[in-house]
Amino acid sequence: MRIGLDIGSTTIKCVVLDDKDKIIYSSYERHFSEITKKLIEVMKKLQKEVVKEKEVCLAISGSAGMGIAEKAKIPFIQEVWATRVAVDSLIPDAETIIELGGEDAKILFLKNGMEVRMNGSCAGGTGAFIDQMATLLKVSVDELNELAKTSERTYVIASRCGVFAKSDIQPLLNQGAQKNDVAKSIFNAVVNQTVVGLAQGREISGKVVYLGGPLTFISELRKSFDEILNIKGVCPENSLYFVSIGTAMKATEKIDLTKKIAELEKAKLTETFNFIKPLFNSQKEYDEFKARHDKDYVAIKDLKGYDKPVYIGIDAGSTTIKFVVVSEEEEILFSSYQSNSGNPVPIICDLIKELYEKYPNIKIKSSAVTGYGEEIIKNAFSVDFGVVETIAHFTAAKKFKPDVDFIIDIGGQDIKCFKIRNGAIDNIFLNEACSSGCGSFLQTFANALGYDIEKFAKLGLFADKPADLGSRCTVFMNSSVKQAQKDGASIENISAGLSISVVKNALYKVIRATTKEELGKNVVVQGGTFYNDAVLRAFEQELDIDVVRPNIAGIMGAYGAALYAKKHTKSESIFISKEKIETFTHKVQTVNCGMCSNNCSLTVNTFEGGGKYISGNRCERPLKKKTVAQPLNIYAYKQELLQSYKPVEGTRGTIGIPLALNMYELFPFWHTFFTTLGFKVVTTPFSSRELYLKGQHTIPSDTVCFPAKLVHGHIEELLSMGVDTIFYPCMTYNLDEGISDNHYNCPVVAYYPEVIKANVPGVKNVKFIYDYVGLHRRKDFMRKITEILKTNFTDIHLLQVKKAVKAAYKEYYDYRNKVIKKGQELIEEARKNNMHIIVLSGRPYHVDPEINHGIDKLIANFNVCVVSEDVISPYVEKFDTTVLNQWTYHARLYATAEYVGDKKDMDLVQLVSFGCGVDAITTDETRTILEKNDKIYTQIKIDEITNLGAVKIRIRSLLAALERDN
Amino acid sequence: MEERLRDKKGRIIFTKEMKQKHTILIPMMLPIHFGIMKHVFVNEGYRVELLTNTGPSVIEEGLKYVHNDTCYPALLVIGQMIDALNSGKYDLENTSLIITQTGGGCRASNYIHLLRKALQKAGYGNIPVISLNLSGLESNPGFKITIPMLRKLMSGLIYGDELMLLNNQLKPYEVKKGACKDIVDRWTKRLGTDFKNGKGYNVEQIRENLRGIAKDFSKVKIKKENKTKVGVVGEIYIKYASLGNNNLEAFLESQDCEVMVPGALSFMLFKVDNRLEDIKLYGGSIIKKNVVKVLLNYLTKIETELISAVSEYPQFLPPSSYQHIKKLVKGVIGYGNKMGEGWLLTAEMLELIEQGYGNIVCTQPFGCLPNHICGKGMIRKLKELHPDSNIVPIDYDPSATKVNQENRIKLMLAVANEKKETLLKK
Repeated sequence: MRIGLDIGSTTIKCVVLDDKDKIIYSSYERHFSEITKKLIEVMKKLQKEVVKEKEVCLAISGSAGMGIAEKAKIPFIQEVWATRVAVDSLIPDAETIIELGGEDAKILFLKNGMEVRMNGSCAGGTGAFIDQMATLLKVSVDELNELAKTSERTYVIASRCGVFAKSDIQPLLNQGAQKNDVAKSIFNAVVNQTVVGLAQGREISGKVVYLGGPLTFISELRKSFDEILNIKGVCPENSLYFVSIGTAMKATEKIDLTKKIAELEKAKLTETFNFIKPLFNSQKEYDEFKARHDKDYVAIKDLKGYDKPVYIGIDAGSTTIKFVVVSEEEEILFSSYQSNSGNPVPIICDLIKELYEKYPNIKIKSSAVTGYGEEIIKNAFSVDFGVVETIAHFTAAKKFKPDVDFIIDIGGQDIKCFKIRNGAIDNIFLNEACSSGCGSFLQTFANALGYDIEKFAKLGLFADKPADLGSRCTVFMNSSVKQAQKDGASIENISAGLSISVVKNALYKVIRATTKEELGKNVVVQGGTFYNDAVLRAFEQELDIDVVRPNIAGIMGAYGAALYAKKHTKSESIFISKEKIETFTHKVQTVNCGMCSNNCSLTVNTFEGGGKYISGNRCERPLKKKTVAQPLNIYAYKQELLQSYKPVEGTRGTIGIPLALNMYELFPFWHTFFTTLGFKVVTTPFSSRELYLKGQHTIPSDTVCFPAKLVHGHIEELLSMGVDTIFYPCMTYNLDEGISDNHYNCPVVAYYPEVIKANVPGVKNVKFIYDYVGLHRRKDFMRKITEILKTNFTDIHLLQVKKAVKAAYKEYYDYRNKVIKKGQELIEEARKNNMHIIVLSGRPYHVDPEINHGIDKLIANFNVCVVSEDVISPYVEKFDTTVLNQWTYHARLYATAEYVGDKKDMDLVQLVSFGCGVDAITTDETRTILEKNDKIYTQIKIDEITNLGAVKIRIRSLLAALERDN
Repeated sequence: MEERLRDKKGRIIFTKEMKQKHTILIPMMLPIHFGIMKHVFVNEGYRVELLTNTGPSVIEEGLKYVHNDTCYPALLVIGQMIDALNSGKYDLENTSLIITQTGGGCRASNYIHLLRKALQKAGYGNIPVISLNLSGLESNPGFKITIPMLRKLMSGLIYGDELMLLNNQLKPYEVKKGACKDIVDRWTKRLGTDFKNGKGYNVEQIRENLRGIAKDFSKVKIKKENKTKVGVVGEIYIKYASLGNNNLEAFLESQDCEVMVPGALSFMLFKVDNRLEDIKLYGGSIIKKNVVKVLLNYLTKIETELISAVSEYPQFLPPSSYQHIKKLVKGVIGYGNKMGEGWLLTAEMLELIEQGYGNIVCTQPFGCLPNHICGKGMIRKLKELHPDSNIVPIDYDPSATKVNQENRIKLMLAVANEKKETLLKK
C-alpha cells in the first residue's frame, strides 16, 4: 500500500494505491490555508479508515506541500513529475498533458524530447483566475460554465495576467456586454494564456489529456481548449488525482503515521517569515487614532421633509455605484453605496425610482455623474453634467480640507492620486493597467481565506508581527501569502501584512513617492478601501504623517459630482422625470461598425425615449453623424505615408520585410534599397488582433514587450504571402542624430531577428536574411551589405549596391523630412486656431494602431493637435541629461521634453509599452526634464489590451488641468 | 557638511584628498574574486569595504529609491548601498561608493546614474560615486586604475575563477567538510600578501600560483558519489550574487547537486572582444584598437595558464577556452549580439551541455531585455540541437518567491534525476 498526498494552493488530495496500483481510497478537500491542521486531519482519517499497518509508504507533492514536507521530513515529489509518472502508467499513449490547478498551470509534452512547462512568476489563467472572474460577474464557477454555453460572440480579454483581464472585463460589463459572452471570453483567455505562457512555440497536438480541478469541473473550458487548439482532448477518470497517484507510485519510504501525526501536532510552527512593526501597540493607541479621524465629517440628514432644492451626484465606478443627494447646505440627505453587479444601469434606475417613490416632493435642481460609467449613465438618465473623476474628487476633498494638496483615492479597481498646485490638478497618478493593491484585492484575499472583508481587516489591527508581503501584483501576492503561511504567519499577521502591502503598492508603485514632503502637507485619503482602519493606519505609519479621512470616504466621487452640479446649475435640470423613469427600458445590441478598416465591434445601448449610447469604438466616427473637421494628427499622416510604399515588379524575385519594431522607421530605406536593386518589396499590413494570434504560439518569452511579440505575427504573415526571402537585419546601432552620447537600439529592437530565427520554424523554408548591419557607417555599410547580399544572390555587385545605397539614404531622409515638415504644418495650423498641442511621444512603432490602440485619435478628438517626438527633436541641440543618453529613439524623447518646457501651448504625453525595460529609465528622466519647467508629465502604459476608459480620464484630466492654467 | 568639488555637470569629483580619508563601499557580487581583488585597492592606499549586508531592508530601500520596473540587480545593488549608508556604521562625511559602468546598449550602463538619483532622493546627494570602467567614461583625480593595478585585478580575476571552479567541483564530495573553504581562505590571504609585496601578477608568478592552487585542491580527500550535475548561467549579477539569486548555489547543494558556474574571465574576454567584432561587422580601424588587442592577448595568455594548471590533474574538469566557447555558438546566435551577456550566455549553455552539465538553471532578472534574446529566446534552438538538455529559466525580482523558484528548479531536478537513473540502468 502506498499513499500520495497532493497539497495544492487550495486543496489537499489524497490517494491510496494497493500493490497493483489500484486506487483503494481517495479524498479531495479544501484546506483554507491551514495546511498543517488539515494534513493532520487527513492522516488521522487515513489511519482510521484505510491504513492498518504501523508503517506505510507515503510521499507529499504539490505547490504548497514543499514546505511542510521539509518540516515533517516526509519525502517530497515534484508535482509535475508526479503527473508524468501517473500518465506514463495510466495513459501511455498520451502526447500532451494540460493541467490547470488552483494557481498553477502546466503543460507536459511527452513525446519527441520530453518537456515540462509550468507557470513561473505569473499565475494568470489558472483556477484562481477563473474564481476571481466568477466573483467579478457575481456568479459561481458552475454558473459561469452554464453562461458560457449560450454565448454568441466573444470579446478579446488580455490573457497575460489575471489582473489585466479583470480590467478588460470591467469596462465590458459597464458598457453593457452580455454576461454569457464575457464568460466564454474568459475561458478563451485562459486558453490563450496557456498557449502563450506555456507552450512557447511548441505545437500542442496528438492525444491531449486534461487534468486538474478547473478542466475537470468546467466543460466549457475544455471546449475552449478544443476549439482554439483544434484538437479533441480527453479528461480521464480521476483527472483530479493524477498528482496524488504519481506521488503514491513514487512513495518508497516507510512512514510511521502515528509518530508523524504526533510530531506535526507537537511541532510549534516556527515563525520565520519577515515581519514589520505592528499597526497598533495598544487599544489606547487605536482609540486615539479613532477619535482623531472621527472629526472629519459632513452631516448626514434625512431627505424626508427637506423642501429646498437638492443636487444629485452619481459615481459609476468600476465595481461600485455611489449615489448621493445633497442639500443646499451641502449635507448628505441620501446616499447609497453598492456593487454594480457588472451592470450599473438597472441599479441606478432602481435607485432613482426609489427616490421618486419615497420622496415624491423632491426638487432636483441639478445632477452630475462621474466615473467609468459616466457616459452610459449620462445618456440613460439625462444627467445634466458629466464630470471627470479627478475633478469630482478634488471638489469633494476641498470641502474637507480647503488647502488640500494631495488626494489619494483607493477604490475597488483603481488607485487615483492627484497632486494639487495653485488650486489646480497638477499631476495625476493612476495605476496603469494593474489593479493590484486595490479594494478588490483585499476582498479577494479575504474571501479566499473564508472571511468577509470587514472582519478580515479588523483581524489585522492588533497583529503582533504583520507579514512582510512586498508590494507588487496580486498574482505575485498569492505566492507571497502562500509562503508566509508556509512559514507560519497567523491569519492576523497576514491580514495586517496585506493592508500594509496595499499602501506600499500605492506609494511605491503608483505614486513612486519616497518621502512625505513629496506628497504634500495636506493629504486627503478617500475611497472605500480607507474605511479599513488597518489600511489607513498603515498609510499614516508608512509616511509618518496625519491625514484626513472623511466619514464619507467611500462616496467622495459622488459627493464631488453633486457639489459640481450645485455649482454649475442649468436653468432647468434635464434629469429624468418621475414619469419617464417608470417606463424606462434598456436594450443592448452588438454590431460591427464598418465605417473604417478597424471595423470595431460596437455595443449599442438603446434607452426608452430614443437615447443611445455606443461603446467599443476606437474613434468618434460612429457616434457623430456630422463630419468632423479633419483632425490634426501626425500619426494618421505617418500611417498614410508608410502605406504609400508599394511593391514594384522587379527582376530579382520578392523580398518580404515585416512592418514591425524599427522597420516602422526604416521601411522607406529598405524599400527603396531593394526596389532599386530590382526586387519586388512586399511588407505586412499594420498589426491586428488576428495577425497577433497568428504568431503568438512561437513567442519564447512571455514578458517581452507587445511590439516585439507582434513581430512573430508579421513573420507568419510574410510566410503566408509566399515570399522567397525575408529581410530583417539585426542592428545594434541606430543612426546617430547627434543629440545623444551614443546611438544604440534597445536590446530587443536590436536583436529580435535572432529570436525569430531561433523560434519560428517557417523561416527555415525561405531565405531569412538577418545579418548584423550598421547604417551609422555609410561607407562601410555599402561594402558590408554587398558581402551579405552576395552570399544570397551571387550576381549582385558593388556598383549596383552603391546606387541602391545612395537612393536608400536619400529616401530615408526624405521620409524623415516629410514627417518633420508635416509636423510643423500641423503645429502652425493648431496655433492659428488656438488649439493645444500634445506631443504624443514613444517610439516609431507606436504608430501601429494595434500598439497605440487609437490613443492618437482619441486625443485628437478632444480638438487637440497631435504630433510625435520625431517632429520636435530635430529642433533641439544636444544637452545634458542626468542619465546616460545612449539610445537614438529615446534621445528624441528627452529632446522633446526639453523643447516643450517653455511652450505654453504644448505638452508631452509619453506612450510606454508594458515590459519595456528601457522606459523604466526614460520615464523618470522625462518627468524630471518636464518638471524642471513646471510641466505636467503624463504617461500612458499600453499593452496587448489597453483600457481606453482610463486613458480617456487621464487625457481629460490633463486638459482640464491645462485649462485651469490658462 | 563639507562642500564637495563638482564637475560642470554637477558630478561630485573623487579627489586625491578623499583617497586618503574616504572608505569606499563596494557592492558584493563574486565573494571569492572580490575577496582577492579587494587587496589590490588596499595595497594602493584605498580604504575599501565589501558590502555584505542582506535582508529585506536591502530590497526595501531598493524599491523605495529605484524605479520598480528597473532590473533587479540595480535595485539590489543600490538598495544594498543605501541600506549600508543607513546603518550608521559609516562616517558619511568620509564615505564614497563605487559601481561599474559598462557603456553597452543595455540598461546596465545607467546603473551609476540611477544610483546618483537614488542617493539624491535618499538624502545622500553629497556622497561621491566612483565609476569603475575601462572606457574612460568618468574620470576622478583621486581614483585611477593604473596598468599595474589592472594587471593585478586581472590576475585576481583568474585566481578567483580557479578557486571558484575547483571549489565547486570538489566541495560536494569532500570527506572533511570545510576542506575546500580552507584552501580558498588560505589563498585569498596569501595572494593579498603577494600583491602587497608586488608579487603574484606577472605571468610566471600567475602560473606558479595557479598550479599551487590546483595542487592544494588535488590533495582534498573526496568520496565518490553520484551527484546531479547542474550548470548555472544568466545575467551576471543574478548568476553570481547570492543576494540576487536567493542563495541558489546553497539550495542546489542541499538538493544533492554539483554546481558548475562558468567563470568571470570569459565575460571580460567577451567584453573586450566585442570591440573587435564591432569593427568586423560595421567597419572601422583595427589599428586604433591596438590596446584592445593587447588586452585580449594578455587575457588569453592567462586563460591558457589556468587551463593548463587545472588540466594537470585528470580528476579536474578544466574550463573551455574562450575561443572554443565562441566556436561552439557559431551559427546559433550572431557575434554581433553583444548587449548584456549577449551571445556568451547562449555559448555558456552550450559549453555546459558539452561538459556534461546539461541540466541548466538560466537565471535572469524579471524582464531582462538582453535575456529575452540570448537566454529565453535561444532555449528552443538549444533543445533542437541537444534534445537531452534540460534547461529551466528562472526569473528573479523583488516579489518572486523562493518557494516558486525552488519548485521549478525541483522539477528540472526531477527530470535530471530520472535521466540519471535511466542512464545508470543502461
